Amino acid sequence: MAIETVTMPQLGESVTEGTIGQWLKQVGDAVEKYESLLEVMTDKVNAEVPSPVSGTVHKILVEPGTTVPIGTPICEIAVEGAELEAPAAVPPEAPGASATQEPPSSAAAPQGMAEGRGRYSPAVRRLAQEHGIDPAQIAGTGAGGRVTRKDIEAAIHGKAQEAPTTVAPAAPSGAGPVGAAPATAIAAVPSAPAVIEDGDTVEPLTPVRKVIAERMVRSKATVPHAWIMIEVDVSGLVALRDQIKDEFKAREGVSLTYLPFMMRAVVEALRAVPQMNAQWNGDSVVMKKRINLGMAAATDRGLVVPVIKDADQKNIVGLAKATQDLVQRARTGRLTMDDLSGGTFTVDNTGAVGTILTYPVINAPEVGIVTMESVVKRPVVVDNMIAVRSMVNVCLSFDHRVVDGADAGKFLQVIKKQLESIGPHTSIY
Amino acid sequence: MADNGLTPELMLDMYYHMALARAVDDRMWILNRQGRAPVVYTSNGHEAAQVGSAFALNRGEDWICPYYRDLALVLAYGMTPREVMLHLLGRADDPNSGGRQMPAHWGHAKLHILTGGSVVATQDVHATGLALASKLLKDGRVSVAYFGEGSTSQGEFHEALNFAAVHKLPVIFFNENNGYAISVPSRKQMAVQDVAARAQGYGMPGVIVDGNDPVKVYEVVKEAADRARRGEGPTLIEAKTYRFVPHSSDDDDRAYRTREEVQEAKKRDPLILFEARLREAGILTDEKLKAMQQQIKDVVNDATEYAEKAPLPDPATLGDHVYGSL
Amino acid sequence: MAVLSYLEAIRETLRQEMRRDSRIIIYGEDVGVRGGVFRVTEGLQKEFGEERVIDSPLAEAAIVGTAIGAAINGLRPVPEIQFADFIFPAMNQIIQEAARIRYRSNGAFHVPIVIRAPFGGGVHGALYHSQSVEAFFAHVPGLKVVIPATPYDAKGLLAAAIEDEDPVLYFEHKAAYRSLKGEVPEERYLIPIGKADVKKTGRDVSIITYGLMVSYALKAAEELEKENISCEVLDLRSVRPLDVEAILTSAKKTGKVLIVHEDNLTGGIGGEVSALIAEHALFYLDAPIVRLAGPDVPAMPYSPPLEHAFMVSPEKIRDKARELAQF
Repeated sequence: MAIETVTMPQLGESVTEGTIGQWLKQVGDAVEKYESLLEVMTDKVNAEVPSPVSGTVHKILVEPGTTVPIGTPICEIAVEGAELEAPAAVPPEAPGASATQEPPSSAAAPQGMAEGRGRYSPAVRRLAQEHGIDPAQIAGTGAGGRVTRKDIEAAIHGKAQEAPTTVAPAAPSGAGPVGAAPATAIAAVPSAPAVIEDGDTVEPLTPVRKVIAERMVRSKATVPHAWIMIEVDVSGLVALRDQIKDEFKAREGVSLTYLPFMMRAVVEALRAVPQMNAQWNGDSVVMKKRINLGMAAATDRGLVVPVIKDADQKNIVGLAKATQDLVQRARTGRLTMDDLSGGTFTVDNTGAVGTILTYPVINAPEVGIVTMESVVKRPVVVDNMIAVRSMVNVCLSFDHRVVDGADAGKFLQVIKKQLESIGPHTSIY
Repeated sequence: MADNGLTPELMLDMYYHMALARAVDDRMWILNRQGRAPVVYTSNGHEAAQVGSAFALNRGEDWICPYYRDLALVLAYGMTPREVMLHLLGRADDPNSGGRQMPAHWGHAKLHILTGGSVVATQDVHATGLALASKLLKDGRVSVAYFGEGSTSQGEFHEALNFAAVHKLPVIFFNENNGYAISVPSRKQMAVQDVAARAQGYGMPGVIVDGNDPVKVYEVVKEAADRARRGEGPTLIEAKTYRFVPHSSDDDDRAYRTREEVQEAKKRDPLILFEARLREAGILTDEKLKAMQQQIKDVVNDATEYAEKAPLPDPATLGDHVYGSL
Repeated sequence: MAVLSYLEAIRETLRQEMRRDSRIIIYGEDVGVRGGVFRVTEGLQKEFGEERVIDSPLAEAAIVGTAIGAAINGLRPVPEIQFADFIFPAMNQIIQEAARIRYRSNGAFHVPIVIRAPFGGGVHGALYHSQSVEAFFAHVPGLKVVIPATPYDAKGLLAAAIEDEDPVLYFEHKAAYRSLKGEVPEERYLIPIGKADVKKTGRDVSIITYGLMVSYALKAAEELEKENISCEVLDLRSVRPLDVEAILTSAKKTGKVLIVHEDNLTGGIGGEVSALIAEHALFYLDAPIVRLAGPDVPAMPYSPPLEHAFMVSPEKIRDKARELAQF
């Protein structure tokens, strides 16, 4: 004795359900195979449905008037003996169907879908180029470690999220827009996770820190930095400053530092080597007309680079005042968006923190950044005699795609010549 | 001749259109041999069948669905020689197709001449469909499909006859049987002698008429049209005729029929026969004929010059009229 | 709002349209007394009479050819081809006549007809009751080809097709007739031909499809949501003209495109959609465009394992979309 389940048959193409009309056999009735068992109504046909097996109606599962999908069990028939006939009502999924492979031509699957490492999709290439990201630096999450469009977007995401903050200069508590930072702030997006141990604290990145990190990574990843340095004898400059600084302060209201002199020298050097006053533009180089000098300034929120516009039209006093003004406002968070944009070259007064040698990171898309290190007294040879002179190192990082070493050297030579030409009697007006 | 409605004026007008068609036809061949018209299809020899049938219809109101042989038909139906020449030379103002279709692919919406393609017998079902609409809309129109005997081998010929007969549609199937489908003689086209014999199998009258006699053709078409308008269904008419020139300007009929056969057929040239008959009846005189011939010459010259000067289509219109809206 | 099956939506739209416009006639094989072999036109002859719901002779070329003539003489014929597989005898009338008449007459004539035909497989219909034939017609300038995926779309697209002045092929999936149900407003509305519809928004993969496959794709998308894979399902609704803008928008959004159709792979709609994306959205693509389609065998076989192997299923779509998401 075995129980055979009868299911709602499919009566016609497109028919998906049937309604039980009436049962022609009741529980306990004997039924022959092919004998009518029940009436089924569909919207195509009304039909008597024959029994798939011979036996006794064991249980009726669906009452007359009820509509059920095809394949639904509707009754059970008790069958004599062990040998069962195959039911006439074919289950919707034919046996073995699930094991059937789809013919290979039915889906044009891309060849080697998983072999993505080191090869980038058009979307990844475009986004990487647009945002100055090296996809090789990104850990791929796609098949076989492929870098996906989402991975690139995630790398860009930080910057995109901070964009509103960056363009909100009026917000007094705002982090303030950020420019390139000197080498003292070597930050990066770590590709390997930090090891956190007991007692360590985890500081979430501030918005400013994120932007600095992103820009540093972008500059270092996309700009081929080259670096040179020159020594300058600023004994004359030191003597001049010592001589007039008190009077200057009294008269102009601001302190006289070495920075305005350095800026004057840089302006002259930019005039002599105009390709240093330029911007990288992918497939071209933009030669800038104006000379707008960015100056890195440390604040307790991070580093910012306010810009002195048209620095070539200012004398030492003008530069000193402009410098002082920007530094003051940077420290009090009152810089405007205009103060922070439009730079064509950057000068960094790293000497203020006591260094004598720095490898600065270029503020892309500018192509150069120059530092003025600490002025120190050193024994040097002058006219075949050892003399004590005030010396300063001037370091230059430049984009080697745009500027060659010879021009970079010429650039530093102009600065050297300018600074060394200053003496106790040089006019600052 | 008196009770069929054909007045002497109408008969003269019939003759004028037959002669005009022959003259336009001759001019087109000349233009072709001069290299000014790439291809020409002729109605030469079929003029009586075509003009006679046109005159039996309510011209401009009833629908005609012609095939490429039907120059005389469309002229009798109201297309001007200028319009025919614009079509031949592929000019922008060609009302048949604006220079899109090759010559002899007639179509003129205002005149109720249905546009046709090149696959034969397609127009048979179109005529049936036009008639289906007429039956429902009760617009009193009759539709006529024109076709050669070669196309009666196509399925759509049979489908059209069957559909039209079942639904008793106001349609006439007008066969111009000239004995040849290009080069294939009718005995290789069909195992029956007459196309008209097909009618019986579909339950409609089949009528054979002398296609070289425009009056007889006029009479049978008139009767079929009246029958159709009375709601009695379709008629198949077979007009027996002959084509005196090759199938087209690209054909050479010497490959498939003898000169003797053609010469023999020309003895029954419908133009000559009808001219003699009209003279006999005193309808046509030397004077009238001379004046008519001059008129035709002027009209054909004017049409040729007009079309040759007419502008060609602007290539920028290539994409026009693909859809009504997108 | 009434819940109607896909089939009922078509029938009620035919009824509504015929009440609105007395020029509309329906004819084809068995559409009258029997109400069509699928019952789509059931009751219509009773309401509109034998003149407007016509049992025609069994000859497809004549059905379409006479519809062309009737349309030119002022009617709005909506002929039915009993199965899309039987449309081939009418190919010449559809492609060479209906599609070309406006063009060849320089706009003097046009053919406002809607040819309805049930198509598609998975219903044990075998080679000649299962075919998808849309690609043959989508190739032809002058034709419009629409394939509704829901009862709602079935109504709006059919009304729009009847209103259209060009020949429209309206393909109805047999397996959708009674399996798809949905809310359909009572009042008349039009869904513009040539506008695709985002049936589900998503981030990771765009599944571009039409017809029955839309519901299959939605099923697959639902399952993939559980795996945190977000699929967008774009229903083309018209395969000619294609909604290029919607295709490109979705492709650009996700950068990963799976095109699904039941029709044979080679020369199918998927090839065209794929080409459009490759031409206009290359730099947004993050993976090869993938097509999942009926295999290149002549037609769908009868025996269940063979039929199952042919048919695109929700599971096949799910697996392919997952593979693409993980690429």
